Amino acid sequence: MAPPSRSRRYVNEAGDRIHGVLAQYATPADLFHACEKVRDAGYARWDSFSPFPIHDMEEAMGMKRTKLPLAIAGGGALGAGLALLMQFWMSGSDYPLMKQGKPFASWEPFVPITFELGILLASFTALFGMLAFNALPRHYHPLMKRQRFLASSDDTPFICIEAGDPRFDPEQTRRLLESTHPTAIELVEE
Amino acid sequence: MSSIHPDQATAERLAGLGQVRPHPIPAGSGDGTLIDDPAVRPPLVLNNRSFRDVTDIVCGYVENKPGKWWMPTFMMTATIAGIGGLFILYLVITGIGTWGLNNQVGWAWDITNFVFWIGIGHAGTLISAILCLFKQKWRTAVNRSAEAMTIFAVICAATFPGIHIGRQWMAWFLLPLPNSNWIWPNFQSPLLWDVFAISTYGTVSAMFWYMGMIPDLATLRDRADRRLRAGGEGPVLLPFLPIRIDRIRGYVYGFLAMGWRFSNRHWHRYEAAYLLLAGMSTPLVLSVHSIVSTDFATSILPGWHTTIFPPYFVAGAIFGGFAMVLLLLIPARELYPNMKDLVTKRHIENMAKILLVTGSMVGFAYAMEFFIAWYGANAYEQFAFINRATGPYWWAYWTMISCNVLSPQLFWMKRMRTSAGVVFFVSVLITIGMWFERFVIITTSLNRSFLPGEWHMFFATPVDVMIFVGSFGIFVTLFLLFLRFLPAFPIAEIKAILPQASPHHGHAKGGH
Repeated sequence: MAPPSRSRRYVNEAGDRIHGVLAQYATPADLFHACEKVRDAGYARWDSFSPFPIHDMEEAMGMKRTKLPLAIAGGGALGAGLALLMQFWMSGSDYPLMKQGKPFASWEPFVPITFELGILLASFTALFGMLAFNALPRHYHPLMKRQRFLASSDDTPFICIEAGDPRFDPEQTRRLLESTHPTAIELVEE
Repeated sequence: MSSIHPDQATAERLAGLGQVRPHPIPAGSGDGTLIDDPAVRPPLVLNNRSFRDVTDIVCGYVENKPGKWWMPTFMMTATIAGIGGLFILYLVITGIGTWGLNNQVGWAWDITNFVFWIGIGHAGTLISAILCLFKQKWRTAVNRSAEAMTIFAVICAATFPGIHIGRQWMAWFLLPLPNSNWIWPNFQSPLLWDVFAISTYGTVSAMFWYMGMIPDLATLRDRADRRLRAGGEGPVLLPFLPIRIDRIRGYVYGFLAMGWRFSNRHWHRYEAAYLLLAGMSTPLVLSVHSIVSTDFATSILPGWHTTIFPPYFVAGAIFGGFAMVLLLLIPARELYPNMKDLVTKRHIENMAKILLVTGSMVGFAYAMEFFIAWYGANAYEQFAFINRATGPYWWAYWTMISCNVLSPQLFWMKRMRTSAGVVFFVSVLITIGMWFERFVIITTSLNRSFLPGEWHMFFATPVDVMIFVGSFGIFVTLFLLFLRFLPAFPIAEIKAILPQASPHHGHAKGGH
């Protein structure tokens, strides 16, 4: 028995490695139903593209919820913690300074800055975490070579099933996509 | 289907304002969006626009030459900004004695302008974030320009505390860095809270704005790329430097778009992050203006020492900010083709309603201050408020009342709040009134405090005036650049609220 082939490589007639099969759709509704079919066929390494986020797409593509919110919560806790540490250390320990007879290290006046820095680090985590989880910035991608694909930023949805998927088979995958009412199908090289 | 969309076609569509399609709702009043029947949902985008229309309209503002008004307006505002900059230079060289400050009135126009701009700066993120959390789909018409406005207003606002400190080269003392005596800043002072609040707010607002723009920048990148691949001629940078502008666009927008490729797996994380950012920005906005108000409220000066300040300042900020959004969008709506399809009359009516609500809240706060001054039975407090309304600055106080409390009351009448001209005029009044509010709070409280022997009037000098006028120049210049070079509307979000964006569109009627 051959192991589930990650080593299997597909090339086109010119010998270029295949990235996957790209299917183009007419409307978001068509894309949505096509995604449900691809999901039910059991593919794992595939993606759909649309000019805007489509409602309930997570379900149609069988995506797991992202862990990003946990990371953001962590960023917020880190920011708030560092802010408290900074204020207690600077004001209470490193150089206590007498101001209007106020206690050197009371937590109450430290609340605003703790809150602000908590939000600041959580927001940094939201933006940069989103990019990192999405493996961005990535300025080159095989799909971007395709003239057709550039319409994804305008009005055209796409599905791409990658050749790296264990279930990928040039014939069967194409046939599956053909059954989802696409307006065009093409092979994409790396 | 050909995916090429050459310059020519885009230009024609924009010049001819696209194809005119039958309106889905018979025009009874205005543009057909002012329907009171709750069973009928007015369209958020008019003229039955397709996805491609939305892309063309918004990208067209960036890719085509702006109207003839743009360059003269830009030159004028840039000149005003430059003159303001020269006066700031003069101030730095000479000292803040060039302002009308004196022993008694140590804060006047500088801090008035700071609070004025930061208040305006609060509306953008608030509009965007709160409306996002409440799933108010009409936000897509205003959120991008409101967020941009926020950032520019924060830039203007941050200038004033920066230059009012006197020795501007010591501004780094505001940061928690050890100075030559190894003394840290005072974390118990609201002024230091303010430093953290404003810088956090500026940073988070910029990130929120940028993150919303990533997909739209990618759209601009792809359009430039498509035109380049189509070959042919295109506009070049300079006659002797024949680099196609689309190539520069491809690099600049491409760099900023971070390689966004509209993947739905990406959209999933993007939406989670965006929603959380909105959720965090909302309390942030409230906290920042509350902290600004503690600059005053934690002092013992009558007129400042009140617990009502944080909510009162926040309401005022939303009020002034919405007025500024309208001041910018109503002319833009007239000057740009097709913008009326995206910013409908209903959007303006909605914002006018918010002006009415927040204006009345501010009016309630003014009344409450007087009530507490009387009820609190503190002679100094009572005097501070009587002095406000009847003292030497009575005209400032009554300007504030008539602009902020009385003028929005016009919006009880539907005819008034649906007329763009009236809404614009009232927004001008509100902007004036909100500046006077801060002037009244700051100057009338300071100029006659405890000891009559210390009483002193404040008179603004030309340096005061020119730096304030210059800040308007900076603000409008930045906004014009934004309209020229960045997507002024959230393209992806507008597409997502079009009826055909629903995954169930098209088979609801057939009995799905």
